[in-house]
Amino acid sequence: MTEAHPQIDPTNFDLIVLGTGLPESLIAAAASSAGKSVLHLDPNPFYGSHFASLSPDDLSAFLSSSSSPHPPSFPGDDPATVGLATLPLYSDVQISSSSPEVIEEHCRKFSLDLAGPKVLFCADKAVDAILKFGTNHYLEFKAIDASYICIEKGKLMKVPDSRSAIFKDKNLSLMEKNQLMKFFKLVQQHLDPDEDGSAKVSEEDLETPFSEFLGKIGLQQKIKSIIMYSIAMADHNQDNVDISEDILRTKDGIDRLALFHSSMGRFPNASGALIYPSYGQGELPQAFCRRAAVKRCLYVLRMPVVALHIDQDDGQYRGIKLASGQDLFSPRLVLDPSFVVPSQVGSSVEEPVKIRSQKDAEAKVARGICITRASLMPDVSNLLVIYPPRSLCPEQDTAVRVLQLGSTSAVCPPGMFLLYLSAICSDSSQGKTLLNAAITAVEVSQISERNAMNKNEDAEVEKPFILWKATYIQKLCMGKYGSITSTPSSDGNLNYNDLMDATEKLFHSLYPDEAFFPEATSPGNT
Amino acid sequence: MHGRPRKAPKPEDSAALAAKSQKLRSLQSQFLSFHHGCTYSKEALETSAKLLEINPENYTAWNYRKLAVEHNVNECGTDPDSIKSIFDEELRVVENALRQNFKSYGAWHHRKWVLSKGHSSMNRELMLLDVFQKLDSRNFHAWNYRRFVTTLMNRSLEDELKYTENMIEINFSNYSAWHNRSILLSKQLKEKDKGLSFQDVLSKEYNFVRDALFTDPDDQSGWFYHLWLLEQTIQCEAPLLLSSWPANGADLIISGNGCIHAATGLLSGLPIDLKRFPLILYFNQSVEGIDSSTVNVEAEIYSNKDLTWKPLSPRNSCTSRVWVAYTDLSGIDLSSLSPQRIRVRLGHCAGIMSSNGFHLNKPVNIEYSIAGKYIEIEPSERQENEIFSWTDDDSYNSGELDESSPIALYMQAVEDNHEAAASGWHIDIVTEEINHFRDLLTIADCKIGKLTLARLLIARDGMISPLRNKMAHSEEVLDLYRDLIKLDPPHSKFYKDQSSLVLLQQLISSRKALLKYCFSYKGFKSSQSVDSLVCLRLNNLSLSRVGSFEKLLWVQFLDLSDNELHSIEGLEALQLLSCLNLRNNKIASFSALEPLRSLKSLRALNISYNEIGSHPVDTRRYLFTSPISHSGDISWKRDEDLPDGVSMENYWEAFIVFKDLDLVQMDIAGNPVADEKFQSFLVKISPALKWLDGQNLH
Repeated sequence: MTEAHPQIDPTNFDLIVLGTGLPESLIAAAASSAGKSVLHLDPNPFYGSHFASLSPDDLSAFLSSSSSPHPPSFPGDDPATVGLATLPLYSDVQISSSSPEVIEEHCRKFSLDLAGPKVLFCADKAVDAILKFGTNHYLEFKAIDASYICIEKGKLMKVPDSRSAIFKDKNLSLMEKNQLMKFFKLVQQHLDPDEDGSAKVSEEDLETPFSEFLGKIGLQQKIKSIIMYSIAMADHNQDNVDISEDILRTKDGIDRLALFHSSMGRFPNASGALIYPSYGQGELPQAFCRRAAVKRCLYVLRMPVVALHIDQDDGQYRGIKLASGQDLFSPRLVLDPSFVVPSQVGSSVEEPVKIRSQKDAEAKVARGICITRASLMPDVSNLLVIYPPRSLCPEQDTAVRVLQLGSTSAVCPPGMFLLYLSAICSDSSQGKTLLNAAITAVEVSQISERNAMNKNEDAEVEKPFILWKATYIQKLCMGKYGSITSTPSSDGNLNYNDLMDATEKLFHSLYPDEAFFPEATSPGNT
Repeated sequence: MHGRPRKAPKPEDSAALAAKSQKLRSLQSQFLSFHHGCTYSKEALETSAKLLEINPENYTAWNYRKLAVEHNVNECGTDPDSIKSIFDEELRVVENALRQNFKSYGAWHHRKWVLSKGHSSMNRELMLLDVFQKLDSRNFHAWNYRRFVTTLMNRSLEDELKYTENMIEINFSNYSAWHNRSILLSKQLKEKDKGLSFQDVLSKEYNFVRDALFTDPDDQSGWFYHLWLLEQTIQCEAPLLLSSWPANGADLIISGNGCIHAATGLLSGLPIDLKRFPLILYFNQSVEGIDSSTVNVEAEIYSNKDLTWKPLSPRNSCTSRVWVAYTDLSGIDLSSLSPQRIRVRLGHCAGIMSSNGFHLNKPVNIEYSIAGKYIEIEPSERQENEIFSWTDDDSYNSGELDESSPIALYMQAVEDNHEAAASGWHIDIVTEEINHFRDLLTIADCKIGKLTLARLLIARDGMISPLRNKMAHSEEVLDLYRDLIKLDPPHSKFYKDQSSLVLLQQLISSRKALLKYCFSYKGFKSSQSVDSLVCLRLNNLSLSRVGSFEKLLWVQFLDLSDNELHSIEGLEALQLLSCLNLRNNKIASFSALEPLRSLKSLRALNISYNEIGSHPVDTRRYLFTSPISHSGDISWKRDEDLPDGVSMENYWEAFIVFKDLDLVQMDIAGNPVADEKFQSFLVKISPALKWLDGQNLH
């Protein structure tokens, strides 16, 4: 085993980071930019940890190994050296394939996101971070061309998310167009610094539930759904104040709309608000790792850590023992959320870094990945579909989001498409029900779209639409700061905003005097 | 390009500006010396190119380059490559100039000039246009140029329509794109052979623009386009003859003094000029092509080919809603003229056409008779010596005019000729729009929406009953205008004008209603025809505009006093008008009285207590569609002597209006212009004048 692992020199660092997920990579990049000596390790042979993009085979293997607990492999005789255990982040992993030979043939051409569906809003914090760290040189983005929302009886309508989209829309009535545009104008006026108080939404209204506010200004249910679920991207049923745990306030709703609208047209070559990194979202952590490496962060992959060194006097963390047997020391350690911080680590006052979307400690996110043979919509390959609460089945309490990516994003071979699905759920059976309902719904809508296009292609209908499918339930773990810091797991949001916030907070807890973003480099083009 | 805030210049900016102007000056003088020396060398061309890149507005430099191109093309003979390179160099210079200022008229014009020489590729032009139209999608220069290029390269209308559709979908506030669409569609609709139905095209466009209007009712571009569509909808109906003088079925008797009688008595009682007995045709829209070949008048007393048809249009155009031909009855012995049937036939052959190319909807026959009458006493002599008493209400009888009076019977004949129009898709389209905008107004308090609804309602009423003008919706329309006057004070005058027209239409919508405003004039003590001098009194109704003239062609005596009129546009149709009272209105200039120029029968005019002369410089003149033009028949002998101290320059507008009228009585007091000098000027230019402001001049 020692032959396989190189010796690491030096042996003392300011910070050791274990796991190369997005939060860990950001911390590594920020710390090394701040002049810290950083060692960044990952037991896996790839970058990205739980944010990685993998081939179907690798993804299957990773999910199955991460869905069972790994007790410490280090014999625990020495009280100063405590074995490091992992907890399963995933459960209920189901993978099936209707055409294994097709998948096998193209296996290396797929990059499947572990934490999909996730995209970036052109004006969100992740894009700012990418520009400020200068990582845009390592990345390439593709625009998400269109979003759809399921409004009635499985029918998908294009989200009228801008003035011109409302104008072009064929599904809204004239009155609905007027209402929706009026609301957009209201938001615009509210956000306009030059407007005086009378044009603004009152302080009182800002604290009320968003749904209530939308009702109060006279918007009908259909328009409300479009705004809340397909633009503000709310997860939980907003019209069920008693049951739902996640009610958007008007203030949040308006902020999300503002993010959406400032994202439109931020970059001339992205027509909509949303972009996706070519080659998969695993490119994002990798880009930050590259940035960190430029700033002298040391990288070692395929390097498991077997144990932690604990100071016997005060129980504080001192260092790590690698699988190679080498001992390395640092005053601080950052772990990805699958590692269990040993109870022996004394006086570890763990402070959870709370973010709004992770209020419920029990919440989980159900994720699904499908490889399909055809696009959901003719002529559009990168698209987003929102199934708002109650649109799939009466029990549906949370929105299900479906992201389709085509070969232009370099994540699958031509002629095939990837579908990512996710839904917040309180238990796995509920999550599975939602995913399966959504998968059935997209299949149905795909068939009806295709029938609408060409009515006499009977031979085509025989072939299965979905070639490969994986569904799994992921735990939602909060970031924790203590003598050992844990990063948050990927969340149920469509973008990285909350994760960025949490990571920034963790970084400031680690290094209160350092700036998370280094001095701004000139923003380039995506 | 829109919405850029203006910034105050910084000191370093002004320094840069000074350096720039220094450079410009030296380039300019260098360039001019080349230009004057007719030097077209490479160096000289480069100098002008540099100059134009800094200042694309230098027209002289562009013209110099045109001369240079012509010179150099002649030099290089027939070698196509070198000719092409000369023109390519021009395109390059223009492109650089446009990058400096892509609203430069000179640069775009130069490019057109180069392209029209036909040595350059058009596809490249479209690519360049795409770049410019992306930078500023509303730049009308670029759109203009686009029309030029696409016409040159014969690009299909469908492709261009698709292009404007895309541009509008990107941003439907793009007025230029809507405008271009209206131009393309006009062309398309004129290509009738393609079998496009107006109905399909227009209803598709209504649907398209409706999405824009509902999405953002505050944006004006779509509304303008909607207005244009409504105009097309109305105009794609065939033109219709609304009324004529004499009316179909009228039996007129004319006495030797020029008074017109019906079988039961005098029609109106004021004599007309027998040399100019009018035949008037009044259409529902402007038409052209009225002449002796399209309108055939069969009469024994005069020949069709002697008739000269004239448009009664204030503009110098050959289209008009009203056409007139005069016949000379002065040579006929009226005392022994037996009834003559006169047949006017029009629309039997093509030629009468609306501006949209539609022919008269169906052939029309008008038949009437004229007979002569011997009258012993000549009342006209006495009337011309007698003064009209304008203001005395006692001069008018108090009761309504009798239903059996000659004028009431004449009106009945006019009315009987009218029939309701059949329903059609135009009406369906307009009805649908009315319903949509009524909906819109329930959710948006939108000025232009109200105005559009009012216009739609007027259009619909006009379509359903173009001849009777039964205004089914006049109350709703008047309410809308009342709202608008409150909502939008800056444009209240316009709304007031529009509502005046509707109000008047409503007031005289039927014969019965019209009779209420007809009075017989008793002001002449010595006159024998006491009850037959009919005056139409539309006074004191707060009107700011008058219309509905098609119903009033017979009127000889019109009282419009105590209104708020600032214009009398359209009054020229009342060719029989002999006596006009405009006392106490808001006429602000003589140019507003221009319609009077064609009323050759006018003898008495009261324009006292208006606002003529209150504005030393009449800026409002340009609001009228017919600013008096200097062209034509205006002549003034300079040496003709004017009273002392009277300068022609001050009164030329008055001169133009009054010089060809034979006014006998005139009231002008109460206007700022009406001082002694002006009075003496009036007397000088109006030799027939006997009464001025109540004073007998003789």
